[in-house]
Amino acid sequence: MTKQVQQLDRVIIRFAGDSGDGMQLTGDRFTAGTAEFGNDLSTLPNFPAEIRAPAGTLPGVSSFQLHFADHDILTPGDAPNVLVAMNPAALKANLGDLPRGADIIANTDEFTKRNLQKVGYAASPLEDDSLTEWRVHPVPLTSLTVKALEGFDLSKKDAERSKNMFALGLLSWLYHRPTEATISFLENKFAKKPEIAKANIAAFQAGWNYGETTESFSVSYEVKPAPLAPGVYRNISGNQALAYGLIAASVRSGLPLFLGSYPITPASDILHELSRHKHFGIRTFQAEDEIAGVGAALGAAFGGALGVTTTSGPGVALKAETVGLAVMTELPLIVVDVQRSGPSTGMPTKTEQTDLLMAMYGRNGESPLPVVAPMSPSDCFDAAVEAARIAVKYRTPVMLLSDGYLANGSEPWRVPAAADLPDISTAFASAPAEGEEFLPYLRDPETLARPWAVPGTPGLEHRIGGIEKADRTGNISYDPGNHDRMVRIRQAKIDGIAEDIPPLEVDDPDGPDGGTRVLVLGWGSTYGPIAAAVRRIRKSGGKVAQAHLRHLSPLPANTGEVLTSYDKVLLPEINLGQLAMLLRARFLVDIISYNRVRGLPFKAEELADVIQDVIDSE
Amino acid sequence: MSELLSGPGLNGRGLALVPKSDAKQSMKEYKSDQEVRWCPGCGDYAILAAVQSFVPELGLKRENMVFVSGIGCSSRFPYYMNTYGFHSIHGRAPAIATGLAASRPDLSVWVITGDGDSLSIGGNHLIHALRRNVNLNILLFNNRIYGLTKGQYSPTSEIGKVTKSTPMGSLDKPFNPISLAIGAEASFVARTIDSDRKHLQSVLREAAEHKGTSLVEIYQNCNIFNDGAFDQLKDPEQRDDITLRLEHGQPIASASKAVRRAADGGIEVVPRAEVAENEILVHDAHRADPSLAFALSRLDEPAFAHVPIGVFRSVDRPSYDELMSAQLEEAVAQRGPGSLDDLLLSGDTWRIG
Repeated sequence: MTKQVQQLDRVIIRFAGDSGDGMQLTGDRFTAGTAEFGNDLSTLPNFPAEIRAPAGTLPGVSSFQLHFADHDILTPGDAPNVLVAMNPAALKANLGDLPRGADIIANTDEFTKRNLQKVGYAASPLEDDSLTEWRVHPVPLTSLTVKALEGFDLSKKDAERSKNMFALGLLSWLYHRPTEATISFLENKFAKKPEIAKANIAAFQAGWNYGETTESFSVSYEVKPAPLAPGVYRNISGNQALAYGLIAASVRSGLPLFLGSYPITPASDILHELSRHKHFGIRTFQAEDEIAGVGAALGAAFGGALGVTTTSGPGVALKAETVGLAVMTELPLIVVDVQRSGPSTGMPTKTEQTDLLMAMYGRNGESPLPVVAPMSPSDCFDAAVEAARIAVKYRTPVMLLSDGYLANGSEPWRVPAAADLPDISTAFASAPAEGEEFLPYLRDPETLARPWAVPGTPGLEHRIGGIEKADRTGNISYDPGNHDRMVRIRQAKIDGIAEDIPPLEVDDPDGPDGGTRVLVLGWGSTYGPIAAAVRRIRKSGGKVAQAHLRHLSPLPANTGEVLTSYDKVLLPEINLGQLAMLLRARFLVDIISYNRVRGLPFKAEELADVIQDVIDSE
Repeated sequence: MSELLSGPGLNGRGLALVPKSDAKQSMKEYKSDQEVRWCPGCGDYAILAAVQSFVPELGLKRENMVFVSGIGCSSRFPYYMNTYGFHSIHGRAPAIATGLAASRPDLSVWVITGDGDSLSIGGNHLIHALRRNVNLNILLFNNRIYGLTKGQYSPTSEIGKVTKSTPMGSLDKPFNPISLAIGAEASFVARTIDSDRKHLQSVLREAAEHKGTSLVEIYQNCNIFNDGAFDQLKDPEQRDDITLRLEHGQPIASASKAVRRAADGGIEVVPRAEVAENEILVHDAHRADPSLAFALSRLDEPAFAHVPIGVFRSVDRPSYDELMSAQLEEAVAQRGPGSLDDLLLSGDTWRIG
């Protein structure tokens, strides 16, 4: 049977199942095949905080969404074209996101009376008329998998576990994905259990063959490779890119990396990744708590290391006092906050931008510090290098604000050459000349940074601490005038960094005099959805400018100028308007906020509507 | 290692990686130019003088010594030492020192802390430093009171302590710092007293040379808020009777009392005249099992009935920093030194153009 092949420019697939069904792995492998094929792509995993919520229930549903295209794309996509639903819970939890006409591939074996009851279906939606708006492909994935594995020495239960590979095989056929990498991946993953490896490969191939032979799928789809800039690419998640960025910062600064960390979702993967690269001289220290994690990192920084601590919002709250100590002692320190939904424990696996004000001001006293926020998963690499550059050059703690969406999302990344990365090396203080006094708080006139005098250097013995320092000498001082001066110097040092960061760039195809009235501003992970929304507006003839802040403290020197160049400034944030409040206070600009705090990234369509409303309003 | 275990109470590796000074050093070099600001008569003066006069004997390069402290009266200590120093925040000195010592094995790192700093707000960091066994020396100045906040009871104050925050007496049972440290399986645990400089210095020397975390509890008198807390140990009439000197390989006894195995399996203190010399328990600081050292730490219940002074426990086990360095070396041996380009290009890659 010759099947029809249809060309598509882009596809959004969502794999959904029980958290034990291996949906994240399935998504990862489909992503790897897609990356290898050369499409541009963007992914969004979505999983419960519970490791194994009760099987078959709505809270236990785990999903992985992948958007791939023959052109460059900016987001994991608003709404799936295809939903793979491994059970009734996965169908029910995701149906609301499916546009009419989308394909549903449902594992009919799991649509049992009991499973249907668990999620409140009176009858199977596959058998009544409730799904007529969609194209449903009922496939008995479990039993087909078991049948395909009959020749293997496996229990029925073990054979059933390979059903995700059957699904992967079917989808790989449906979208013409290469299969070799998945087969060698399975061989490696189960190298110690060759029987399991063979079974998974057999299930994968059976899924492929099923697509080829069955009549339920009459069409397969091709999405041509995207014309990306020449270079070597790999797929990378935000957390992995951030870890690599820290390693790159260590290499390019010549400082040994010391990570003090305490496990916390969604930041733990950075600790895991860095722990695997000890041959770079990286010391990873899993501390007894968040406070000890940052304390150890600061202690190591005092000793001349690139000190880093990684955490999420609740951990930042605990670390605040130590970060204040780093402000006072003016030592380099990188504090990575992979933001998640709050307050308190909130929704640990869901994303948010709600820690900005805590990063800026969440310490006692006047304790300014630089804040840097990456805008995409791969940008976590460059943002980490930038955070380290500032920390080392200005001897200051730096907050690096990633979030759960960036951390777990992935995209293709053009791999840079190590030699092309910035040199961020710095010099430690050396012994003073004969007869000269060492002044631990004497500042570089340009950067206002104090000397980094590490133990082991003769002649530089000195004492630092959290008590206010006398200017120049660093001795304890309670002098009112000195305190006022030091408060202002610490602020001036951070403010001065504005001269050392790129200006805020505006993407405005019509130029400054082109009549564009609306600027959409963003920061952090909203870049993708905002840029995708801006494209939609322009495609339909609308005029809108876009700018994105990577440095939130200090702001680029031209920020005020940019904001006042447009009639209206729209600022979407996944919080209740934290950056908007800062910009209003500083520049007296009447920012229009758009805020949703649902634990999910914005959708491009949603933002396009908001932008259009602002354009249309008087 | 077995030699070390049967040696004179030192594993001796504590300073092995710290550079030595060729020049002869004096106490004067270790005094900073800062004015000492403790209350007149504070026990901290005696401890400072004892430390300043003892460290030159270690023969280390002064720039390779670091004193790290938390918050409290005792935590001002680093300002007065002409070494590197870090006066940090309340309770966190062991954490900060852990990062420093784990990343810089060439430093001799000292933590100066008090009973409130280390056992209340910083209790978690203390026990984890002890179990982890990073190469640090923790000097716990125990005056059984909060001094810098002006006289509230502390986690080592006796039950019923009347203070500003407990006008009807404190309700909570105090920690015994030695019991706590041994419970955390610290590799070196000792107690000494501010007024006995010779003993203080001998214990500090052992602590310095011990590889791993050493905890030294120093009974320290706060003459403003808790004066006389340790008078029994200083009173010539009774001190020799209640002080049990712990010396490795020596019988544990005071002038009038001795420690022996009790019939119920524990240990007990009995009049010395009632026990034959060979029945007196001989102190073994190097016993791997901490239970006997723990039993010794309980002999001062009720308070000051009998007070063991000296090294309760000194055992050799690998220190965290040694193990961490070894893992780094092993990783390099297995994989070669890290190459950033190789790392960035690891995994599945593809070329475009």
